Amino acid sequence: MDVSSAKMIGAGLACIALVGAGIGIGNVFSALINAVARNPASQGQVQPFAFLGFALAEATGLFGLAIAFLILFVF
Amino acid sequence: MTIEIRPLEQFKIEPLIPIHIGGLNVSYTNSALLMTVAVALITALLVLGTRKRALVPGRWQSVAEMSYEFVADMVDTNVGHGGREFFPFVFTLFMFILFANFLGMIPYSYTVTSQIIVTFALAAVVFIGVTIVGIVRHGFHFLRLFVPQGVPAALLLLLVPIELLSYCIRPFTLSIRLFANMLAGHTMLAIFGGFAASIGLLGILPLGITILLVALEVLVAALQAYVFAILTCLYLNDAINLH
Repeated sequence: MDVSSAKMIGAGLACIALVGAGIGIGNVFSALINAVARNPASQGQVQPFAFLGFALAEATGLFGLAIAFLILFVF
Repeated sequence: MTIEIRPLEQFKIEPLIPIHIGGLNVSYTNSALLMTVAVALITALLVLGTRKRALVPGRWQSVAEMSYEFVADMVDTNVGHGGREFFPFVFTLFMFILFANFLGMIPYSYTVTSQIIVTFALAAVVFIGVTIVGIVRHGFHFLRLFVPQGVPAALLLLLVPIELLSYCIRPFTLSIRLFANMLAGHTMLAIFGGFAASIGLLGILPLGITILLVALEVLVAALQAYVFAILTCLYLNDAINLH
């Protein structure tokens, strides 16, 4: 197996990390919807945390994507 | 007609004014130009917007005041006591990253924060600055940050290295979060745009997806600036108030 094929396979495997990002983001917004459904007045308080949580969950998924790009284009 | 999709070409740094001092390449690049434009726009918004100093603000003054209040509120809430002196720093960070991200959304423009060295420079400044602030304020007691309260001694042997590691990884996560978001977003835009252009009339579907992606990327641009600023506030809080 030559290096460029191995790189493609490695990049594809590294992208499996995005599954975690999807689940995490779903969790965050599910919690937001639950919280606002139980107590609509709390929306102003809870929404900034929801966006912060979304960004951090997405970031971990994108760390995996960064590794994929690293494998493909740097090594 | 085959259209070649080259998604990573948009991140190429072009020297606009080549300047070589000694052996160093300090050319004025498209990245430097966009940074200059961002700083100029921020300065214009804040200086020209508040020129009238009306008690009931007009539109631009309103925007300038809202951005000030937003960051001031964030610093006061998250850093608490002793945080006011770091407001200019957090405000500068937030506005620069926000404007740099938004300027990158303009078609054919260049995204400053899509280079890891730019985001790493910002994150390194935050990390080193916050560490120095902590050491200056607390001296050796600063190391108490890594020793959580009420933990049995046997567990401490495991916990302190983990705390140290998660502290030292901060500049990297801070920089890679912003960099990867911008890189991934713009790469996806380029790829879907390429699809839309290359398959003729069927391109209406990738075009729709591209439009949605642009909306998502505008949201991510603002959100990543907010996340960078709020994490800076949280790290400052850790250093100043030691939990």
